[in-house]
Amino acid sequence: MSVADAFTAIFVLLGAFFFIAGWVGLVRFPDTLSRLHALSKADNLGLGLVVVGLLPQASWPFGALKLVALWLVAVLVGGATAQMLAGAIQARAGEAGDRVAAAAGTDAAPAVDDGPGAPR
Amino acid sequence: MSSLLLIAGLVILLTVLLGLVRILRGPGDTERLMAAQLLGTGGVAALLLLGSAIDLTGATDLALLLALLAAFAAVTFVAGLGAGPAGAPDGRRGSAPDVRGEGDSPASQ
Amino acid sequence: MPDFPLPVPLWADIPLALALLVLALWLTATRRDRAAVIGFTGYGLLAAIAWVRLGSVDVALTEAALGGGLMGLLLLTAAARLGERADQPRPAMPVRLLVGVLCLGVTLALAAVVLSLPAPAPNLVAAVAANQAATELGNPVAAVLIAFRAVDTMLESVVLALAVIVLWSFGADRAWGARPRTLDLGPPSPALMLLGRLLPPLGLIVGVHLFWTGADHPGGPFQGGAVLAAMAALLWLARLGEPPPVSDGLTRVGIVIGPLLFLLIGLAGAVIADAFLAYPEGLTKPLILLIEAAKTLSVAVALALLVAGPPELPAPAPARGETAAEPGGTV
Repeated sequence: MSVADAFTAIFVLLGAFFFIAGWVGLVRFPDTLSRLHALSKADNLGLGLVVVGLLPQASWPFGALKLVALWLVAVLVGGATAQMLAGAIQARAGEAGDRVAAAAGTDAAPAVDDGPGAPR
Repeated sequence: MSSLLLIAGLVILLTVLLGLVRILRGPGDTERLMAAQLLGTGGVAALLLLGSAIDLTGATDLALLLALLAAFAAVTFVAGLGAGPAGAPDGRRGSAPDVRGEGDSPASQ
Repeated sequence: MPDFPLPVPLWADIPLALALLVLALWLTATRRDRAAVIGFTGYGLLAAIAWVRLGSVDVALTEAALGGGLMGLLLLTAAARLGERADQPRPAMPVRLLVGVLCLGVTLALAAVVLSLPAPAPNLVAAVAANQAATELGNPVAAVLIAFRAVDTMLESVVLALAVIVLWSFGADRAWGARPRTLDLGPPSPALMLLGRLLPPLGLIVGVHLFWTGADHPGGPFQGGAVLAAMAALLWLARLGEPPPVSDGLTRVGIVIGPLLFLLIGLAGAVIADAFLAYPEGLTKPLILLIEAAKTLSVAVALALLVAGPPELPAPAPARGETAAEPGGTV
Protein backbone atom coordinates (compact mmCIF):
# COMPACT_ATOMS: atom_id res chain seq x y z
CA MET A 1 0.00 0.00 0.00
CA SER A 2 1.26 3.47 -0.74
CA VAL A 3 1.46 6.08 1.97
CA ALA A 4 -1.64 7.80 0.65
CA ASP A 5 -3.63 4.58 0.78
CA ALA A 6 -2.48 3.81 4.30
CA PHE A 7 -3.39 7.35 5.36
CA THR A 8 -6.83 6.97 3.81
CA ALA A 9 -7.41 3.60 5.41
CA ILE A 10 -6.48 4.79 8.89
CA PHE A 11 -8.58 7.93 8.83
CA VAL A 12 -11.60 6.35 7.20
CA LEU A 13 -11.61 3.56 9.76
CA LEU A 14 -11.28 6.09 12.57
CA GLY A 15 -14.18 8.01 11.12
CA ALA A 16 -16.29 4.88 10.93
CA PHE A 17 -15.43 4.15 14.55
CA PHE A 18 -16.72 7.56 15.61
CA PHE A 19 -19.92 7.01 13.73
CA ILE A 20 -20.43 3.76 15.60
CA ALA A 21 -19.62 5.54 18.86
CA GLY A 22 -22.12 8.24 17.97
CA TRP A 23 -24.81 5.68 17.30
CA VAL A 24 -24.14 3.88 20.56
CA GLY A 25 -24.37 7.20 22.37
CA LEU A 26 -27.57 8.17 20.62
CA VAL A 27 -29.23 4.90 21.52
CA ARG A 28 -27.85 4.26 24.98
CA PHE A 29 -27.31 7.61 26.69
CA PRO A 30 -29.86 8.44 29.36
CA ASP A 31 -31.13 11.88 28.42
CA THR A 32 -31.58 14.20 25.48
CA LEU A 33 -28.64 16.51 26.03
CA SER A 34 -26.13 13.70 26.33
CA ARG A 35 -27.54 12.12 23.19
CA LEU A 36 -27.05 15.44 21.47
CA HIS A 37 -23.44 15.35 22.61
CA ALA A 38 -23.00 11.93 21.03
CA LEU A 39 -24.59 13.17 17.82
CA SER A 40 -22.17 16.09 17.67
CA LYS A 41 -19.24 13.73 17.95
CA ALA A 42 -20.46 11.66 15.05
CA ASP A 43 -21.12 14.82 13.07
CA ASN A 44 -17.82 16.54 13.62
CA LEU A 45 -15.30 13.80 14.23
CA GLY A 46 -16.86 11.02 12.19
CA LEU A 47 -17.47 13.03 9.06
CA GLY A 48 -14.34 15.12 9.51
CA LEU A 49 -12.06 12.11 9.73
CA VAL A 50 -13.71 10.47 6.74
CA VAL A 51 -13.24 13.64 4.70
CA VAL A 52 -9.61 13.98 5.74
CA GLY A 53 -9.07 10.36 4.84
CA LEU A 54 -10.58 10.83 1.40
CA LEU A 55 -8.49 13.87 0.56
CA PRO A 56 -5.55 11.90 -0.90
CA GLN A 57 -7.95 10.03 -3.16
CA ALA A 58 -9.67 13.10 -4.51
CA SER A 59 -8.80 14.79 -7.77
CA TRP A 60 -6.59 17.83 -7.40
CA PRO A 61 -7.38 20.71 -7.04
CA PHE A 62 -11.11 20.94 -7.34
CA GLY A 63 -12.08 17.56 -5.98
CA ALA A 64 -10.07 18.14 -2.84
CA LEU A 65 -11.38 21.70 -2.52
CA LYS A 66 -14.94 20.48 -2.76
CA LEU A 67 -14.29 17.95 0.00
CA VAL A 68 -12.78 20.62 2.24
CA ALA A 69 -15.73 22.92 1.54
CA LEU A 70 -18.11 20.12 2.44
CA TRP A 71 -16.25 19.51 5.67
CA LEU A 72 -16.36 23.22 6.56
CA VAL A 73 -20.08 23.30 5.92
CA ALA A 74 -20.61 20.21 8.06
CA VAL A 75 -18.53 21.55 10.94
CA LEU A 76 -20.00 25.06 10.97
CA VAL A 77 -23.52 23.88 10.46
CA GLY A 78 -23.17 21.01 12.93
CA GLY A 79 -22.03 23.35 15.65
CA ALA A 80 -24.80 25.86 15.10
CA THR A 81 -27.41 23.12 14.83
CA ALA A 82 -26.30 21.52 18.08
CA GLN A 83 -26.55 24.89 19.85
CA MET A 84 -29.97 25.44 18.37
CA LEU A 85 -31.23 22.04 19.42
CA ALA A 86 -29.77 22.42 22.90
CA GLY A 87 -31.54 25.77 23.23
CA ALA A 88 -34.79 24.18 22.19
CA ILE A 89 -34.32 21.31 24.64
CA GLN A 90 -33.55 23.70 27.47
CA ALA A 91 -36.51 25.87 26.64
CA ARG A 92 -38.91 22.94 26.66
CA ALA A 93 -37.47 21.60 29.89
CA GLY A 94 -37.83 25.04 31.41
CA GLU A 95 -41.41 25.30 30.26
CA ALA A 96 -42.25 21.88 31.62
CA GLY A 97 -40.91 22.97 34.98
CA ASP A 98 -42.93 26.21 34.83
CA ARG A 99 -46.09 24.41 33.88
CA VAL A 100 -45.79 21.85 36.61
CA ALA A 101 -45.13 24.60 39.13
CA ALA A 102 -48.02 26.73 37.90
CA ALA A 103 -50.52 23.89 37.47
CA ALA A 104 -53.79 25.76 37.97
CA GLY A 105 -56.22 22.98 37.41
CA THR A 106 -56.04 23.02 33.65
CA ASP A 107 -55.32 19.67 32.17
CA ALA A 108 -52.79 20.98 29.68
CA ALA A 109 -50.13 18.28 29.58
CA PRO A 110 -46.48 19.36 29.63
CA ALA A 111 -44.99 20.30 26.29
CA VAL A 112 -41.97 18.09 26.92
CA ASP A 113 -42.68 14.57 25.76
CA ASP A 114 -39.30 13.06 26.26
CA GLY A 115 -40.20 11.32 29.46
CA PRO A 116 -40.03 7.57 29.22
CA GLY A 117 -42.50 6.30 26.72
CA ALA A 118 -45.27 8.83 27.25
CA PRO A 119 -47.77 7.99 24.53
CA ARG A 120 -49.36 11.12 23.13
CA MET B 1 -8.48 0.37 -1.68
CA SER B 2 -11.89 0.71 -3.20
CA SER B 3 -13.08 -2.40 -1.39
CA LEU B 4 -11.99 -0.88 1.90
CA LEU B 5 -13.82 2.34 1.11
CA LEU B 6 -16.91 0.39 0.15
CA ILE B 7 -16.85 -1.66 3.32
CA ALA B 8 -16.36 1.45 5.43
CA GLY B 9 -19.23 3.14 3.62
CA LEU B 10 -21.47 0.17 4.20
CA VAL B 11 -20.54 0.01 7.87
CA ILE B 12 -21.34 3.68 8.35
CA LEU B 13 -24.60 3.35 6.47
CA LEU B 14 -25.56 0.33 8.52
CA THR B 15 -24.77 2.18 11.72
CA VAL B 16 -26.93 5.14 10.94
CA LEU B 17 -29.70 2.91 9.66
CA LEU B 18 -29.67 1.26 13.06
CA GLY B 19 -30.15 4.78 14.40
CA LEU B 20 -33.64 4.51 12.94
CA VAL B 21 -34.58 2.72 16.11
CA ARG B 22 -34.36 6.13 17.73
CA ILE B 23 -36.78 7.53 15.20
CA LEU B 24 -39.25 4.79 15.89
CA ARG B 25 -38.93 4.74 19.65
CA GLY B 26 -38.38 8.37 20.50
CA PRO B 27 -39.23 9.21 23.20
CA GLY B 28 -39.72 12.77 22.17
CA ASP B 29 -39.44 14.47 18.84
CA THR B 30 -35.99 15.83 19.59
CA GLU B 31 -34.54 12.33 19.65
CA ARG B 32 -36.21 11.60 16.35
CA LEU B 33 -34.71 14.69 14.85
CA MET B 34 -31.29 13.75 16.17
CA ALA B 35 -31.62 10.33 14.59
CA ALA B 36 -32.54 12.01 11.32
CA GLN B 37 -29.48 14.24 11.65
CA LEU B 38 -27.28 11.21 12.25
CA LEU B 39 -28.85 9.62 9.21
CA GLY B 40 -27.99 12.70 7.17
CA THR B 41 -24.39 12.86 8.32
CA GLY B 42 -23.86 9.14 7.90
CA GLY B 43 -25.46 9.34 4.50
CA VAL B 44 -23.01 12.05 3.54
CA ALA B 45 -20.06 9.97 4.70
CA ALA B 46 -21.34 6.81 3.00
CA LEU B 47 -21.96 8.72 -0.22
CA LEU B 48 -18.47 10.20 -0.20
CA LEU B 49 -16.96 6.78 0.36
CA LEU B 50 -19.12 5.16 -2.29
CA GLY B 51 -18.42 7.93 -4.74
CA SER B 52 -14.70 7.66 -4.17
CA ALA B 53 -14.74 3.89 -4.43
CA ILE B 54 -16.60 3.54 -7.73
CA ASP B 55 -15.78 6.98 -9.12
CA LEU B 56 -19.36 8.15 -9.23
CA THR B 57 -19.83 11.61 -10.70
CA GLY B 58 -22.19 13.76 -8.72
CA ALA B 59 -21.75 11.87 -5.46
CA THR B 60 -19.86 14.78 -3.89
CA ASP B 61 -22.50 17.22 -5.09
CA LEU B 62 -25.22 15.11 -3.55
CA ALA B 63 -23.23 14.86 -0.33
CA LEU B 64 -22.89 18.66 -0.27
CA LEU B 65 -26.62 19.00 -0.79
CA LEU B 66 -27.40 16.55 2.01
CA ALA B 67 -25.05 18.39 4.37
CA LEU B 68 -26.82 21.69 3.66
CA LEU B 69 -30.30 20.32 3.97
CA ALA B 70 -29.74 18.24 7.08
CA ALA B 71 -29.22 21.55 8.81
CA PHE B 72 -32.37 22.85 7.20
CA ALA B 73 -34.39 19.99 8.65
CA ALA B 74 -33.16 20.85 12.13
CA VAL B 75 -34.04 24.50 11.54
CA THR B 76 -37.51 23.49 10.46
CA PHE B 77 -38.02 21.44 13.56
CA VAL B 78 -36.77 24.10 15.99
CA ALA B 79 -38.70 26.88 14.28
CA GLY B 80 -41.74 24.67 14.44
CA LEU B 81 -41.28 24.31 18.15
CA GLY B 82 -41.60 28.05 18.40
CA ALA B 83 -39.04 27.94 21.15
CA GLY B 84 -36.31 30.48 21.73
CA PRO B 85 -33.55 30.57 24.32
CA ALA B 86 -34.68 29.56 27.80
CA GLY B 87 -36.93 32.21 29.23
CA ALA B 88 -37.76 33.90 25.95
CA PRO B 89 -41.43 34.18 25.04
CA ASP B 90 -42.46 31.35 22.80
CA GLY B 91 -44.01 31.54 19.39
CA ARG B 92 -46.29 34.47 18.94
CA ARG B 93 -47.21 35.10 15.45
CA GLY B 94 -49.92 36.33 13.17
CA SER B 95 -53.08 34.45 12.61
CA ALA B 96 -51.67 30.93 12.48
CA PRO B 97 -52.54 28.69 15.45
CA ASP B 98 -50.02 27.70 18.07
CA VAL B 99 -47.64 25.28 16.49
CA ARG B 100 -46.95 23.33 19.66
CA GLY B 101 -50.42 21.75 19.31
CA GLU B 102 -51.17 18.38 20.85
CA GLY B 103 -52.90 19.24 24.05
CA ASP B 104 -51.03 22.39 24.95
CA SER B 105 -53.06 25.43 25.79
CA PRO B 106 -52.42 28.35 23.42
CA ALA B 107 -49.29 30.40 23.90
CA SER B 108 -51.05 33.45 25.27
CA GLN B 109 -51.32 32.66 28.95
CA MET C 1 -8.88 -7.87 2.10
CA PRO C 2 -11.83 -9.38 0.27
CA ASP C 3 -12.19 -8.23 -3.28
CA PHE C 4 -15.76 -7.42 -4.19
CA PRO C 5 -16.74 -7.12 -7.83
CA LEU C 6 -17.83 -3.57 -8.45
CA PRO C 7 -20.49 -2.24 -8.18
CA VAL C 8 -21.64 -3.13 -4.69
CA PRO C 9 -23.06 -6.65 -4.34
CA LEU C 10 -26.82 -6.94 -3.98
CA TRP C 11 -26.97 -8.19 -0.42
CA ALA C 12 -25.45 -4.91 0.73
CA ASP C 13 -28.66 -3.20 -0.30
CA ILE C 14 -30.84 -5.27 1.99
CA PRO C 15 -30.38 -3.05 5.10
CA LEU C 16 -31.33 0.00 3.05
CA ALA C 17 -34.42 -1.66 1.60
CA LEU C 18 -35.47 -2.96 5.01
CA ALA C 19 -35.00 0.45 6.56
CA LEU C 20 -37.13 2.05 3.85
CA LEU C 21 -39.92 -0.46 4.41
CA VAL C 22 -39.85 -0.22 8.19
CA LEU C 23 -39.78 3.56 8.14
CA ALA C 24 -42.60 3.72 5.62
CA LEU C 25 -44.77 1.40 7.71
CA TRP C 26 -44.04 3.42 10.82
CA LEU C 27 -44.89 6.66 9.02
CA THR C 28 -48.31 5.41 8.09
CA ALA C 29 -48.94 4.00 11.54
CA THR C 30 -47.84 6.88 13.73
CA ARG C 31 -50.49 9.17 15.11
CA ARG C 32 -48.34 12.19 15.81
CA ASP C 33 -47.92 14.71 13.03
CA ARG C 34 -44.61 16.22 14.01
CA ALA C 35 -42.97 12.85 14.58
CA ALA C 36 -44.24 11.76 11.19
CA VAL C 37 -42.78 14.84 9.52
CA ILE C 38 -39.37 14.16 11.01
CA GLY C 39 -39.61 10.54 9.95
CA PHE C 40 -40.57 11.73 6.49
CA THR C 41 -37.42 13.83 6.31
CA GLY C 42 -35.37 10.77 7.20
CA TYR C 43 -37.30 8.79 4.62
CA GLY C 44 -36.37 11.35 1.97
CA LEU C 45 -32.71 10.93 2.83
CA LEU C 46 -32.94 7.16 2.57
CA ALA C 47 -34.81 7.42 -0.71
CA ALA C 48 -32.07 9.67 -2.07
CA ILE C 49 -29.45 7.05 -1.20
CA ALA C 50 -31.64 4.40 -2.80
CA TRP C 51 -31.77 6.44 -5.99
CA VAL C 52 -27.97 6.61 -6.01
CA ARG C 53 -27.85 2.83 -5.70
CA LEU C 54 -30.25 2.63 -8.64
CA GLY C 55 -27.83 4.70 -10.63
CA SER C 56 -29.75 7.94 -10.97
CA VAL C 57 -27.95 10.76 -9.17
CA ASP C 58 -30.15 13.42 -10.80
CA VAL C 59 -33.27 12.01 -9.18
CA ALA C 60 -31.37 11.57 -5.91
CA LEU C 61 -30.48 15.28 -6.00
CA THR C 62 -34.10 16.24 -6.56
CA GLU C 63 -35.30 13.89 -3.83
CA ALA C 64 -32.80 15.28 -1.35
CA ALA C 65 -33.51 18.90 -2.23
CA LEU C 66 -37.27 18.57 -2.05
CA GLY C 67 -37.99 15.69 0.30
CA GLY C 68 -35.27 16.52 2.76
CA GLY C 69 -35.77 20.24 2.86
CA LEU C 70 -38.81 21.98 1.50
CA MET C 71 -41.40 19.23 1.95
CA GLY C 72 -40.51 18.89 5.62
CA LEU C 73 -41.13 22.59 6.12
CA LEU C 74 -44.38 22.50 4.18
CA LEU C 75 -45.67 19.53 6.14
CA LEU C 76 -44.66 21.07 9.45
CA THR C 77 -46.46 24.32 8.79
CA ALA C 78 -49.47 22.36 7.57
CA ALA C 79 -49.45 20.28 10.74
CA ALA C 80 -49.23 23.47 12.75
CA ARG C 81 -52.27 24.88 11.01
CA LEU C 82 -54.25 21.73 11.55
CA GLY C 83 -53.43 21.97 15.22
CA GLU C 84 -55.01 19.81 17.85
CA ARG C 85 -56.33 16.46 16.64
CA ALA C 86 -57.25 14.71 19.84
CA ASP C 87 -60.92 15.45 19.35
CA GLN C 88 -61.18 13.67 16.01
CA PRO C 89 -62.50 10.13 16.33
CA ARG C 90 -60.36 7.39 14.92
CA PRO C 91 -61.82 5.67 11.88
CA ALA C 92 -63.55 2.36 12.53
CA MET C 93 -61.50 -0.82 12.38
CA PRO C 94 -63.17 -2.25 9.23
CA VAL C 95 -62.39 0.95 7.36
CA ARG C 96 -58.79 0.85 8.42
CA LEU C 97 -58.52 -2.82 7.48
CA LEU C 98 -60.01 -2.08 4.08
CA VAL C 99 -57.57 0.75 3.46
CA GLY C 100 -54.69 -1.44 4.53
CA VAL C 101 -55.75 -4.25 2.24
CA LEU C 102 -56.21 -1.89 -0.71
CA CYS C 103 -52.76 -0.32 -0.18
CA LEU C 104 -51.21 -3.75 0.05
CA GLY C 105 -53.01 -4.75 -3.14
CA VAL C 106 -51.70 -1.74 -5.03
CA THR C 107 -48.18 -2.40 -3.79
CA LEU C 108 -48.32 -6.05 -4.83
CA ALA C 109 -49.71 -5.13 -8.24
CA LEU C 110 -46.92 -2.60 -8.79
CA ALA C 111 -44.31 -5.11 -7.65
CA ALA C 112 -45.73 -7.73 -10.01
CA VAL C 113 -45.62 -5.30 -12.93
CA VAL C 114 -42.08 -4.17 -12.23
CA LEU C 115 -40.75 -7.67 -11.66
CA SER C 116 -42.38 -9.03 -14.80
CA LEU C 117 -40.72 -6.50 -17.08
CA PRO C 118 -38.30 -8.11 -19.51
CA ALA C 119 -34.70 -7.52 -18.55
CA PRO C 120 -33.28 -5.21 -19.80
CA ALA C 121 -36.52 -3.24 -19.84
CA PRO C 122 -37.32 -1.54 -23.14
CA ASN C 123 -36.23 2.07 -23.02
CA LEU C 124 -34.94 4.90 -25.13
CA VAL C 125 -31.42 5.06 -23.72
CA ALA C 126 -29.86 4.06 -27.02
CA ALA C 127 -31.86 6.61 -28.97
CA VAL C 128 -30.91 9.36 -26.52
CA ALA C 129 -27.26 8.41 -26.64
CA ALA C 130 -27.31 8.44 -30.44
CA ASN C 131 -28.77 11.94 -30.66
CA GLN C 132 -27.26 13.57 -27.64
CA ALA C 133 -24.37 15.12 -29.51
CA ALA C 134 -26.72 17.49 -31.27
CA THR C 135 -27.65 19.12 -27.99
CA GLU C 136 -24.02 19.69 -26.93
CA LEU C 137 -24.94 18.55 -23.43
CA GLY C 138 -23.00 15.90 -21.54
CA ASN C 139 -25.82 14.93 -19.19
CA PRO C 140 -28.42 12.73 -20.92
CA VAL C 141 -31.07 13.69 -18.38
CA ALA C 142 -30.60 17.34 -19.22
CA ALA C 143 -30.69 16.56 -22.92
CA VAL C 144 -34.03 14.78 -22.53
CA LEU C 145 -35.53 17.48 -20.32
CA ILE C 146 -34.49 20.52 -22.29
CA ALA C 147 -34.25 19.28 -25.85
CA PHE C 148 -36.01 16.04 -26.59
CA ARG C 149 -39.00 16.51 -24.26
CA ALA C 150 -38.87 20.28 -23.93
CA VAL C 151 -42.65 20.67 -24.15
CA ASP C 152 -43.13 18.67 -20.96
CA THR C 153 -40.55 20.74 -19.12
CA MET C 154 -42.10 23.98 -20.29
CA LEU C 155 -45.52 22.92 -19.19
CA GLU C 156 -44.12 21.92 -15.81
CA SER C 157 -42.70 25.40 -15.31
CA VAL C 158 -46.11 26.82 -16.11
CA VAL C 159 -47.67 24.44 -13.58
CA LEU C 160 -45.38 25.80 -10.87
CA ALA C 161 -46.46 29.36 -11.61
CA LEU C 162 -50.10 28.28 -11.56
CA ALA C 163 -49.56 26.53 -8.22
CA VAL C 164 -48.35 29.78 -6.69
CA ILE C 165 -51.42 31.59 -8.00
CA VAL C 166 -53.71 28.91 -6.61
CA LEU C 167 -51.97 29.10 -3.23
CA TRP C 168 -52.35 32.85 -3.14
CA SER C 169 -56.03 32.52 -3.87
CA PHE C 170 -56.40 30.82 -0.49
CA GLY C 171 -55.77 34.10 1.26
CA ALA C 172 -58.70 36.08 2.56
CA ASP C 173 -59.99 38.77 0.22
CA ARG C 174 -59.11 41.59 2.56
CA ALA C 175 -55.60 40.17 2.98
CA TRP C 176 -54.82 40.59 -0.68
CA GLY C 177 -51.63 42.58 -1.05
CA ALA C 178 -50.28 41.54 2.36
CA ARG C 179 -47.26 39.38 3.04
CA PRO C 180 -47.43 35.63 3.56
CA ARG C 181 -47.06 34.78 7.22
CA THR C 182 -47.03 30.99 7.47
CA LEU C 183 -43.32 31.08 8.25
CA ASP C 184 -43.85 33.54 11.08
CA LEU C 185 -43.10 30.95 13.71
CA GLY C 186 -41.85 33.05 16.58
CA PRO C 187 -38.66 34.79 17.59
CA PRO C 188 -35.61 32.89 16.37
CA SER C 189 -32.94 31.65 18.74
CA PRO C 190 -29.49 33.18 18.33
CA ALA C 191 -28.18 29.92 16.89
CA LEU C 192 -30.90 30.00 14.27
CA MET C 193 -29.95 33.53 13.34
CA LEU C 194 -26.34 32.40 13.03
CA LEU C 195 -27.38 29.62 10.70
CA GLY C 196 -29.47 32.10 8.78
CA ARG C 197 -26.34 34.11 8.16
CA LEU C 198 -23.99 31.18 7.50
CA LEU C 199 -25.99 28.89 5.29
CA PRO C 200 -27.62 31.06 2.62
CA PRO C 201 -24.36 32.26 1.01
CA LEU C 202 -23.15 28.67 0.89
CA GLY C 203 -26.51 27.53 -0.39
CA LEU C 204 -26.40 30.21 -3.06
CA ILE C 205 -23.09 28.88 -4.32
CA VAL C 206 -24.29 25.29 -4.21
CA GLY C 207 -27.53 26.16 -5.96
CA VAL C 208 -25.88 28.03 -8.79
CA HIS C 209 -23.25 25.29 -9.03
CA LEU C 210 -25.94 22.63 -9.34
CA PHE C 211 -27.63 24.56 -12.13
CA TRP C 212 -24.40 25.15 -14.00
CA THR C 213 -23.00 21.67 -13.64
CA GLY C 214 -26.28 20.12 -14.73
CA ALA C 215 -25.33 20.51 -18.35
CA ASP C 216 -22.68 17.81 -18.19
CA HIS C 217 -23.01 16.17 -14.77
CA PRO C 218 -25.91 15.26 -12.51
CA GLY C 219 -27.74 18.39 -11.50
CA GLY C 220 -29.85 20.91 -13.28
CA PRO C 221 -32.08 23.95 -12.90
CA PHE C 222 -34.72 22.26 -10.78
CA GLN C 223 -32.33 21.00 -8.13
CA GLY C 224 -30.49 24.31 -8.08
CA GLY C 225 -33.71 26.24 -7.77
CA ALA C 226 -34.89 24.01 -4.94
CA VAL C 227 -31.71 24.70 -2.97
CA LEU C 228 -32.10 28.44 -3.53
CA ALA C 229 -35.70 28.26 -2.36
CA ALA C 230 -34.64 26.39 0.78
CA MET C 231 -32.14 29.14 1.55
CA ALA C 232 -34.78 31.80 1.10
CA ALA C 233 -37.07 29.93 3.46
CA LEU C 234 -34.21 29.73 5.96
CA LEU C 235 -33.73 33.49 5.79
CA TRP C 236 -37.43 33.97 6.47
CA LEU C 237 -37.44 31.51 9.35
CA ALA C 238 -34.47 33.26 10.93
CA ARG C 239 -36.32 36.57 10.59
CA LEU C 240 -33.50 38.09 8.59
CA GLY C 241 -35.97 39.09 5.92
CA GLU C 242 -39.63 38.74 5.10
CA PRO C 243 -41.49 37.12 2.24
CA PRO C 244 -42.47 39.73 -0.31
CA PRO C 245 -46.09 40.92 -0.39
CA VAL C 246 -48.13 39.25 -3.09
CA SER C 247 -48.58 42.52 -4.91
CA ASP C 248 -44.84 42.95 -5.40
CA GLY C 249 -44.08 43.37 -9.09
CA LEU C 250 -40.55 42.05 -9.03
CA THR C 251 -41.72 38.81 -7.42
CA ARG C 252 -44.32 38.32 -10.10
CA VAL C 253 -41.70 38.85 -12.78
CA GLY C 254 -39.53 36.26 -11.07
CA ILE C 255 -42.30 33.67 -11.07
CA VAL C 256 -43.16 34.22 -14.68
CA ILE C 257 -39.83 34.78 -16.35
CA GLY C 258 -38.87 31.11 -16.57
CA PRO C 259 -41.93 29.80 -18.41
CA LEU C 260 -42.23 33.00 -20.43
CA LEU C 261 -38.70 32.85 -21.73
CA PHE C 262 -39.11 29.17 -22.48
CA LEU C 263 -42.27 29.87 -24.41
CA LEU C 264 -40.79 32.78 -26.34
CA ILE C 265 -37.72 30.83 -27.36
CA GLY C 266 -39.95 27.97 -28.37
CA LEU C 267 -42.08 30.22 -30.54
CA ALA C 268 -38.97 31.78 -32.03
CA GLY C 269 -37.84 28.27 -32.82
CA ALA C 270 -41.03 27.75 -34.78
CA VAL C 271 -40.05 30.69 -36.95
CA ILE C 272 -36.26 30.30 -37.15
CA ALA C 273 -35.69 26.56 -36.83
CA ASP C 274 -38.86 25.13 -38.37
CA ALA C 275 -40.42 23.51 -35.27
CA PHE C 276 -41.84 24.67 -31.97
CA LEU C 277 -39.08 24.45 -29.34
CA ALA C 278 -36.44 23.51 -31.91
CA TYR C 279 -33.12 25.23 -31.33
CA PRO C 280 -31.23 26.66 -34.29
CA GLU C 281 -27.83 25.16 -35.03
CA GLY C 282 -24.94 27.01 -33.45
CA LEU C 283 -27.17 28.70 -30.89
CA THR C 284 -28.22 25.48 -29.19
CA LYS C 285 -26.08 25.56 -26.07
CA PRO C 286 -26.43 29.32 -25.36
CA LEU C 287 -30.20 29.11 -25.73
CA ILE C 288 -30.40 26.06 -23.54
CA LEU C 289 -28.32 27.73 -20.84
CA LEU C 290 -30.46 30.85 -21.06
CA ILE C 291 -33.65 28.83 -20.66
CA GLU C 292 -32.16 26.90 -17.76
CA ALA C 293 -30.97 30.04 -15.99
CA ALA C 294 -34.40 31.62 -16.21
CA LYS C 295 -35.95 28.33 -15.10
CA THR C 296 -33.67 28.15 -12.06
CA LEU C 297 -34.76 31.62 -11.01
CA SER C 298 -38.43 30.88 -11.51
CA VAL C 299 -38.27 27.54 -9.74
CA ALA C 300 -36.49 29.16 -6.80
CA VAL C 301 -39.02 31.98 -6.52
CA ALA C 302 -42.03 29.71 -7.00
CA LEU C 303 -40.92 27.04 -4.52
CA ALA C 304 -40.01 29.65 -1.93
CA LEU C 305 -43.41 31.30 -2.31
CA LEU C 306 -45.17 27.94 -2.11
CA VAL C 307 -43.54 27.37 1.26
CA ALA C 308 -44.25 30.92 2.41
CA GLY C 309 -47.98 30.41 2.17
CA PRO C 310 -50.99 32.56 1.31
CA PRO C 311 -51.13 36.25 2.21
CA GLU C 312 -52.39 37.00 5.71
CA LEU C 313 -53.07 40.13 7.66
CA PRO C 314 -50.84 40.73 10.66
CA ALA C 315 -52.19 39.93 14.11
CA PRO C 316 -53.40 42.79 16.34
CA ALA C 317 -50.63 45.00 17.72
CA PRO C 318 -49.87 43.52 21.18
CA ALA C 319 -48.85 40.11 19.88
CA ARG C 320 -46.47 41.56 17.38
CA GLY C 321 -45.11 44.42 19.47
CA GLU C 322 -42.63 42.25 21.30
CA THR C 323 -40.88 40.72 18.36
CA ALA C 324 -37.58 42.27 17.47
CA ALA C 325 -37.69 45.05 14.93
CA GLU C 326 -38.30 43.25 11.70
CA PRO C 327 -35.86 44.20 9.03
CA GLY C 328 -38.01 45.47 6.25
CA GLY C 329 -37.58 44.78 2.62
CA THR C 330 -37.89 41.63 0.66
CA VAL C 331 -35.44 38.84 0.21
